[in-house]
Amino acid sequence: MTRSVQDEIRDTVTTNSVVLFMKGSRFQPQCGFSSRVASVLNYLEIDYKDVNVLADPEVREGIKSFSDWPTIPQLYVKGEFVGGCDIVTEMVLSGELDDLFSNNGIAFSSDASKRIRDHNA
Amino acid sequence: MPIAQKELEELIRSAFPSASVVVRDLAGDGNHYAAEVADESFRGKNRVQQQRAVYAALKGKMDGPDGELHALALTTRVPE
Repeated sequence: MTRSVQDEIRDTVTTNSVVLFMKGSRFQPQCGFSSRVASVLNYLEIDYKDVNVLADPEVREGIKSFSDWPTIPQLYVKGEFVGGCDIVTEMVLSGELDDLFSNNGIAFSSDASKRIRDHNA
Repeated sequence: MPIAQKELEELIRSAFPSASVVVRDLAGDGNHYAAEVADESFRGKNRVQQQRAVYAALKGKMDGPDGELHALALTTRVPE
């Protein structure tokens, strides 16, 4: 039975509340954009699954057709594609990411999120 | 394989003829750009939908095995 990467990806994003497809891993990112999103999630103390697309070329390409989005990293919350580095950064600074996590019952440090906004004000 | 700033601008402008398009070269290596696109067609769309439309205009030139462009810091908005 040939491996269906699309089914594997769907399974990953539906069985984990928060998933970050990235280059490298959460504590050893291998790309500036992936590193930025991973460090935001780490700083907000989010419990998330990191998937290193560099370890699996089929996932690296498969994730792009799955979300119809050409770049990595890609953040998923409750199975929904949220965005890449630019969008997640904008959402942290606007406070929308806090709402997204609270509305989905995902624990995070709102103090940390506020510190990011204050720091960037 | 880098991409020329002019080509990147043209790709975006061809898909968004009436948009305001600003492209900045971040590293001078043809691989790292920032682009700001403001277009009426984005009105009512969320960020993911807006940016998907811009990526579609780049026709596969983004970060794939044959993608030329490694990094595009993209900002999209509706014109005021």
